[in-house]
Amino acid sequence: MSNYLHQLNKAFENRSRLGIMSVLAVNERVDFNRLKELLDLTDGNLASHLTALERENYIEVQKQFIGKKPNTSYLLTDAGRAAFRSHLDALEAMLREMR
Amino acid sequence: MSSKQQHLDTLGEIRDLMNRSSRFVSLSGLSGVCAGVFALAGAAAAYLYLGGDLFFGLEVFGPDSRADYHTIRLAEKMREMDFYSFMLLDAGLVLLCALLSGTYFTWRRARRAGAKLWDETSRRLLVQLFVPLAAGGLFCIFLLLHGQAALLAPATLVFYGIGLFSAAKYTFNDVQYLGLCQIGLGLIGLVFPVYGLLLWALGFGVLHIVYGGVMYYRYERNKQQ
Repeated sequence: MSNYLHQLNKAFENRSRLGIMSVLAVNERVDFNRLKELLDLTDGNLASHLTALERENYIEVQKQFIGKKPNTSYLLTDAGRAAFRSHLDALEAMLREMR
Repeated sequence: MSSKQQHLDTLGEIRDLMNRSSRFVSLSGLSGVCAGVFALAGAAAAYLYLGGDLFFGLEVFGPDSRADYHTIRLAEKMREMDFYSFMLLDAGLVLLCALLSGTYFTWRRARRAGAKLWDETSRRLLVQLFVPLAAGGLFCIFLLLHGQAALLAPATLVFYGIGLFSAAKYTFNDVQYLGLCQIGLGLIGLVFPVYGLLLWALGFGVLHIVYGGVMYYRYERNKQQ
Protein backbone atom coordinates (compact mmCIF):
# COMPACT_ATOMS: atom_id res chain seq x y z
CA MET A 1 0.00 0.00 0.00
CA SER A 2 2.85 2.37 0.76
CA ASN A 3 3.90 1.82 -2.86
CA TYR A 4 0.95 3.87 -3.99
CA LEU A 5 1.01 6.49 -1.31
CA HIS A 6 3.77 8.50 -2.96
CA GLN A 7 1.87 8.47 -6.23
CA LEU A 8 -1.00 10.41 -4.73
CA ASN A 9 -0.46 13.93 -5.88
CA LYS A 10 0.14 16.47 -3.12
CA ALA A 11 -1.43 19.19 -5.24
CA PHE A 12 -4.74 17.32 -5.18
CA GLU A 13 -4.88 16.65 -1.46
CA ASN A 14 -7.23 19.54 -1.14
CA ARG A 15 -10.81 18.64 -2.04
CA SER A 16 -11.49 21.87 -3.87
CA ARG A 17 -8.48 21.42 -6.10
CA LEU A 18 -9.48 17.87 -6.91
CA GLY A 19 -12.95 19.22 -7.65
CA ILE A 20 -11.59 21.81 -10.06
CA MET A 21 -9.58 19.12 -11.85
CA SER A 22 -12.63 16.84 -12.06
CA VAL A 23 -14.75 19.53 -13.66
CA LEU A 24 -12.04 20.55 -16.12
CA ALA A 25 -11.38 16.91 -17.04
CA VAL A 26 -14.81 16.54 -18.64
CA ASN A 27 -15.33 20.07 -19.97
CA GLU A 28 -13.32 21.73 -22.71
CA ARG A 29 -13.25 25.03 -20.84
CA VAL A 30 -15.06 26.35 -17.81
CA ASP A 31 -15.32 29.96 -16.67
CA PHE A 32 -14.79 31.30 -13.19
CA ASN A 33 -18.44 31.76 -12.25
CA ARG A 34 -19.44 28.31 -13.40
CA LEU A 35 -16.66 26.77 -11.30
CA LYS A 36 -17.75 28.85 -8.32
CA GLU A 37 -21.31 27.64 -8.74
CA LEU A 38 -20.38 23.96 -9.17
CA LEU A 39 -17.92 23.83 -6.29
CA ASP A 40 -19.79 26.21 -4.01
CA LEU A 41 -16.70 28.23 -3.14
CA THR A 42 -16.15 31.91 -2.43
CA ASP A 43 -14.38 34.11 -5.00
CA GLY A 44 -11.22 34.38 -2.94
CA ASN A 45 -11.07 30.72 -2.08
CA LEU A 46 -11.56 29.57 -5.65
CA ALA A 47 -9.05 32.10 -6.96
CA SER A 48 -6.34 30.88 -4.60
CA HIS A 49 -6.88 27.24 -5.58
CA LEU A 50 -6.82 28.16 -9.26
CA THR A 51 -3.59 30.07 -8.79
CA ALA A 52 -2.03 27.09 -7.05
CA LEU A 53 -3.00 24.74 -9.88
CA GLU A 54 -1.79 27.24 -12.46
CA ARG A 55 1.56 27.45 -10.69
CA GLU A 56 1.85 23.66 -11.01
CA ASN A 57 1.19 24.16 -14.72
CA TYR A 58 -1.86 21.88 -14.48
CA ILE A 59 -4.35 24.39 -15.77
CA GLU A 60 -4.25 27.13 -18.34
CA VAL A 61 -5.97 30.49 -17.93
CA GLN A 62 -7.61 32.26 -20.83
CA LYS A 63 -8.80 35.82 -20.50
CA GLN A 64 -11.06 37.33 -23.06
CA PHE A 65 -13.82 39.86 -23.43
CA ILE A 66 -17.40 38.81 -24.05
CA GLY A 67 -18.88 42.08 -25.22
CA LYS A 68 -17.44 44.50 -22.69
CA LYS A 69 -17.26 42.03 -19.82
CA PRO A 70 -13.98 40.37 -19.04
CA ASN A 71 -14.32 36.60 -18.89
CA THR A 72 -11.76 34.24 -17.46
CA SER A 73 -11.94 30.59 -18.36
CA TYR A 74 -9.80 27.64 -17.41
CA LEU A 75 -8.72 24.46 -19.14
CA LEU A 76 -6.56 21.48 -18.33
CA THR A 77 -3.05 21.33 -19.71
CA ASP A 78 -1.72 18.00 -20.94
CA ALA A 79 0.42 17.81 -17.81
CA GLY A 80 -2.65 18.46 -15.68
CA ARG A 81 -4.64 15.74 -17.40
CA ALA A 82 -1.80 13.24 -16.94
CA ALA A 83 -1.37 14.18 -13.28
CA PHE A 84 -5.10 13.86 -12.63
CA ARG A 85 -5.20 10.49 -14.32
CA SER A 86 -2.30 9.05 -12.36
CA HIS A 87 -3.83 10.40 -9.14
CA LEU A 88 -7.03 8.51 -9.93
CA ASP A 89 -5.03 5.40 -10.83
CA ALA A 90 -3.26 5.59 -7.47
CA LEU A 91 -6.57 5.98 -5.63
CA GLU A 92 -7.95 3.01 -7.48
CA ALA A 93 -4.90 0.86 -6.76
CA MET A 94 -5.02 1.70 -3.07
CA LEU A 95 -8.68 0.78 -2.85
CA ARG A 96 -7.98 -2.47 -4.62
CA GLU A 97 -5.33 -3.43 -2.10
CA MET A 98 -7.52 -2.58 0.86
CA ARG A 99 -10.24 -4.91 -0.29
CA MET B 1 -11.41 1.17 7.05
CA SER B 2 -11.93 4.87 7.61
CA SER B 3 -9.20 5.59 5.10
CA LYS B 4 -10.89 3.32 2.59
CA GLN B 5 -14.18 5.10 3.16
CA GLN B 6 -12.37 8.39 2.70
CA HIS B 7 -11.03 7.35 -0.69
CA LEU B 8 -14.41 6.04 -1.74
CA ASP B 9 -15.99 9.34 -0.74
CA THR B 10 -13.37 11.21 -2.73
CA LEU B 11 -14.04 9.11 -5.82
CA GLY B 12 -17.77 9.61 -5.35
CA GLU B 13 -17.26 13.37 -5.19
CA ILE B 14 -15.12 13.35 -8.32
CA ARG B 15 -17.73 11.36 -10.18
CA ASP B 16 -20.54 13.58 -8.96
CA LEU B 17 -18.72 16.74 -10.08
CA MET B 18 -17.89 15.24 -13.47
CA ASN B 19 -21.53 14.33 -13.99
CA ARG B 20 -22.98 17.52 -12.65
CA SER B 21 -20.66 19.72 -14.68
CA SER B 22 -21.12 17.95 -17.99
CA ARG B 23 -24.54 16.31 -17.90
CA PHE B 24 -27.99 17.71 -17.31
CA VAL B 25 -29.34 15.31 -14.69
CA SER B 26 -32.58 17.09 -13.81
CA LEU B 27 -34.40 15.77 -16.86
CA SER B 28 -37.54 14.21 -15.39
CA GLY B 29 -39.04 10.91 -16.46
CA LEU B 30 -42.46 12.45 -15.95
CA SER B 31 -41.65 14.85 -18.80
CA GLY B 32 -41.37 11.81 -21.05
CA VAL B 33 -44.62 10.31 -19.77
CA CYS B 34 -46.48 13.58 -20.42
CA ALA B 35 -44.99 13.96 -23.90
CA GLY B 36 -46.13 10.39 -24.61
CA VAL B 37 -49.68 11.02 -23.43
CA PHE B 38 -50.01 14.18 -25.53
CA ALA B 39 -48.53 12.38 -28.53
CA LEU B 40 -51.11 9.58 -28.18
CA ALA B 41 -53.89 12.16 -27.97
CA GLY B 42 -52.52 13.90 -31.07
CA ALA B 43 -52.23 10.61 -32.93
CA ALA B 44 -55.80 9.71 -31.93
CA ALA B 45 -57.02 13.08 -33.23
CA ALA B 46 -55.21 12.49 -36.51
CA TYR B 47 -56.68 9.00 -36.70
CA LEU B 48 -60.20 10.33 -36.19
CA TYR B 49 -59.56 12.97 -38.81
CA LEU B 50 -58.12 10.59 -41.36
CA GLY B 51 -60.35 7.56 -40.86
CA GLY B 52 -62.99 9.11 -38.68
CA ASP B 53 -65.85 7.19 -40.26
CA LEU B 54 -64.95 4.19 -38.18
CA PHE B 55 -65.90 6.03 -35.01
CA PHE B 56 -69.15 7.56 -36.19
CA GLY B 57 -71.23 4.42 -36.03
CA LEU B 58 -74.43 5.31 -34.22
CA GLU B 59 -74.50 1.87 -32.67
CA VAL B 60 -71.45 2.80 -30.61
CA PHE B 61 -73.05 5.54 -28.58
CA GLY B 62 -76.73 5.36 -29.48
CA PRO B 63 -78.52 8.10 -31.43
CA ASP B 64 -79.26 10.38 -28.47
CA SER B 65 -75.94 10.14 -26.76
CA ARG B 66 -74.29 13.48 -26.04
CA ALA B 67 -70.88 11.94 -26.58
CA ASP B 68 -71.96 10.95 -30.05
CA TYR B 69 -73.22 14.45 -30.74
CA HIS B 70 -69.92 15.97 -29.74
CA THR B 71 -67.95 13.42 -31.71
CA ILE B 72 -69.88 14.28 -34.83
CA ARG B 73 -69.58 18.02 -34.25
CA LEU B 74 -65.84 17.69 -33.78
CA ALA B 75 -65.54 15.55 -36.86
CA GLU B 76 -67.54 18.03 -38.90
CA LYS B 77 -65.34 20.86 -37.79
CA MET B 78 -62.29 18.82 -38.68
CA ARG B 79 -63.63 18.20 -42.13
CA GLU B 80 -64.12 21.90 -42.72
CA MET B 81 -60.43 22.51 -42.21
CA ASP B 82 -58.09 21.51 -44.90
CA PHE B 83 -55.73 18.61 -44.32
CA TYR B 84 -52.50 20.53 -43.95
CA SER B 85 -53.77 23.11 -41.49
CA PHE B 86 -55.26 20.32 -39.41
CA MET B 87 -52.00 18.39 -39.33
CA LEU B 88 -50.01 21.52 -38.49
CA LEU B 89 -52.44 22.45 -35.72
CA ASP B 90 -52.40 18.91 -34.33
CA ALA B 91 -48.63 18.57 -34.41
CA GLY B 92 -48.16 22.11 -33.10
CA LEU B 93 -50.48 21.53 -30.15
CA VAL B 94 -48.81 18.23 -29.27
CA LEU B 95 -45.38 19.87 -29.44
CA LEU B 96 -46.50 22.85 -27.33
CA CYS B 97 -48.18 20.72 -24.64
CA ALA B 98 -45.24 18.31 -24.53
CA LEU B 99 -42.73 21.14 -24.23
CA LEU B 100 -44.71 22.97 -21.53
CA SER B 101 -45.39 19.90 -19.40
CA GLY B 102 -41.87 18.59 -20.00
CA THR B 103 -40.34 21.88 -18.90
CA TYR B 104 -42.58 21.96 -15.84
CA PHE B 105 -41.63 18.52 -14.51
CA THR B 106 -37.95 19.05 -15.27
CA TRP B 107 -38.07 22.46 -13.58
CA ARG B 108 -39.72 20.85 -10.57
CA ARG B 109 -37.06 18.17 -10.35
CA ALA B 110 -34.26 20.72 -10.71
CA ARG B 111 -35.80 22.88 -7.99
CA ARG B 112 -36.06 19.94 -5.60
CA ALA B 113 -32.43 19.06 -6.21
CA GLY B 114 -31.40 22.68 -5.79
CA ALA B 115 -30.08 22.74 -9.34
CA LYS B 116 -30.62 25.24 -12.12
CA LEU B 117 -32.93 24.60 -15.05
CA TRP B 118 -30.87 26.75 -17.38
CA ASP B 119 -27.12 26.28 -17.27
CA GLU B 120 -24.25 25.18 -19.45
CA THR B 121 -25.40 21.54 -19.47
CA SER B 122 -29.04 22.19 -20.41
CA ARG B 123 -27.87 24.64 -23.07
CA ARG B 124 -25.60 21.98 -24.63
CA LEU B 125 -28.33 19.37 -24.36
CA LEU B 126 -30.79 21.57 -26.24
CA VAL B 127 -28.26 22.46 -28.96
CA GLN B 128 -27.57 18.76 -29.55
CA LEU B 129 -31.29 18.03 -29.68
CA PHE B 130 -32.42 20.99 -31.74
CA VAL B 131 -29.88 20.98 -34.55
CA PRO B 132 -31.18 17.60 -35.87
CA LEU B 133 -34.75 18.67 -35.06
CA ALA B 134 -34.43 21.92 -37.03
CA ALA B 135 -32.97 20.01 -39.98
CA GLY B 136 -35.82 17.52 -39.63
CA GLY B 137 -38.40 20.30 -39.52
CA LEU B 138 -37.12 21.81 -42.76
CA PHE B 139 -36.90 18.35 -44.30
CA CYS B 140 -40.56 17.76 -43.43
CA ILE B 141 -41.64 21.09 -44.88
CA PHE B 142 -40.03 20.09 -48.17
CA LEU B 143 -41.64 16.65 -47.99
CA LEU B 144 -45.00 18.42 -47.74
CA LEU B 145 -44.16 20.80 -50.59
CA HIS B 146 -43.32 17.80 -52.74
CA GLY B 147 -46.58 16.14 -51.77
CA GLN B 148 -45.02 13.36 -49.72
CA ALA B 149 -47.24 13.74 -46.66
CA ALA B 150 -47.19 9.98 -46.05
CA LEU B 151 -43.48 10.17 -45.20
CA LEU B 152 -43.94 12.89 -42.57
CA ALA B 153 -44.49 10.58 -39.61
CA PRO B 154 -41.47 8.33 -40.28
CA ALA B 155 -39.28 11.36 -41.07
CA THR B 156 -40.11 13.04 -37.75
CA LEU B 157 -39.28 9.77 -35.94
CA VAL B 158 -35.89 9.46 -37.63
CA PHE B 159 -34.82 13.06 -37.01
CA TYR B 160 -36.10 13.04 -33.45
CA GLY B 161 -34.22 9.81 -32.82
CA ILE B 162 -31.00 11.33 -34.16
CA GLY B 163 -31.54 14.36 -31.90
CA LEU B 164 -32.03 12.15 -28.84
CA PHE B 165 -29.02 10.04 -29.70
CA SER B 166 -26.76 13.06 -29.92
CA ALA B 167 -28.26 14.73 -26.84
CA ALA B 168 -27.73 11.62 -24.72
CA LYS B 169 -24.11 12.44 -23.98
CA TYR B 170 -25.24 15.56 -22.14
CA THR B 171 -27.85 13.82 -20.00
CA PHE B 172 -28.66 10.23 -18.99
CA ASN B 173 -26.98 7.71 -21.27
CA ASP B 174 -30.25 5.77 -21.40
CA VAL B 175 -31.63 8.47 -23.71
CA GLN B 176 -29.52 7.08 -26.55
CA TYR B 177 -31.49 3.81 -26.52
CA LEU B 178 -34.72 5.76 -26.78
CA GLY B 179 -33.15 7.57 -29.74
CA LEU B 180 -32.12 4.34 -31.45
CA CYS B 181 -35.64 2.91 -31.04
CA GLN B 182 -37.18 6.05 -32.57
CA ILE B 183 -34.77 5.85 -35.53
CA GLY B 184 -35.66 2.17 -35.97
CA LEU B 185 -39.40 2.83 -35.94
CA GLY B 186 -38.92 5.70 -38.39
CA LEU B 187 -36.99 3.50 -40.80
CA ILE B 188 -39.69 0.83 -40.62
CA GLY B 189 -42.18 3.59 -41.41
CA LEU B 190 -40.18 4.62 -44.47
CA VAL B 191 -40.39 1.03 -45.74
CA PHE B 192 -44.10 0.71 -44.91
CA PRO B 193 -45.58 4.24 -45.02
CA VAL B 194 -49.07 2.76 -44.50
CA TYR B 195 -48.21 2.21 -40.85
CA GLY B 196 -46.80 5.73 -40.48
CA LEU B 197 -49.34 7.00 -37.98
CA LEU B 198 -49.33 3.78 -35.98
CA LEU B 199 -45.53 3.80 -35.74
CA TRP B 200 -45.61 7.48 -34.84
CA ALA B 201 -48.02 6.75 -31.98
CA LEU B 202 -45.81 3.86 -30.91
CA GLY B 203 -42.63 5.96 -30.98
CA PHE B 204 -43.73 9.35 -29.68
CA GLY B 205 -46.50 7.92 -27.50
CA VAL B 206 -45.81 4.48 -26.12
CA LEU B 207 -42.00 4.63 -26.10
CA HIS B 208 -42.02 8.00 -24.31
CA ILE B 209 -44.39 6.69 -21.66
CA VAL B 210 -42.42 3.47 -21.15
CA TYR B 211 -39.07 5.25 -21.13
CA GLY B 212 -40.29 8.08 -18.89
CA GLY B 213 -41.88 5.62 -16.48
CA VAL B 214 -38.73 3.51 -16.24
CA MET B 215 -36.57 6.59 -15.71
CA TYR B 216 -38.92 7.91 -13.07
CA TYR B 217 -38.90 4.68 -11.10
CA ARG B 218 -35.19 4.18 -11.49
CA TYR B 219 -33.84 7.64 -10.73
CA GLU B 220 -36.51 9.78 -9.10
CA ARG B 221 -39.05 7.93 -7.04
CA ASN B 222 -36.63 6.55 -4.45
CA LYS B 223 -34.72 9.77 -4.09
CA GLN B 224 -37.80 11.66 -3.00
CA GLN B 225 -38.57 9.29 -0.17
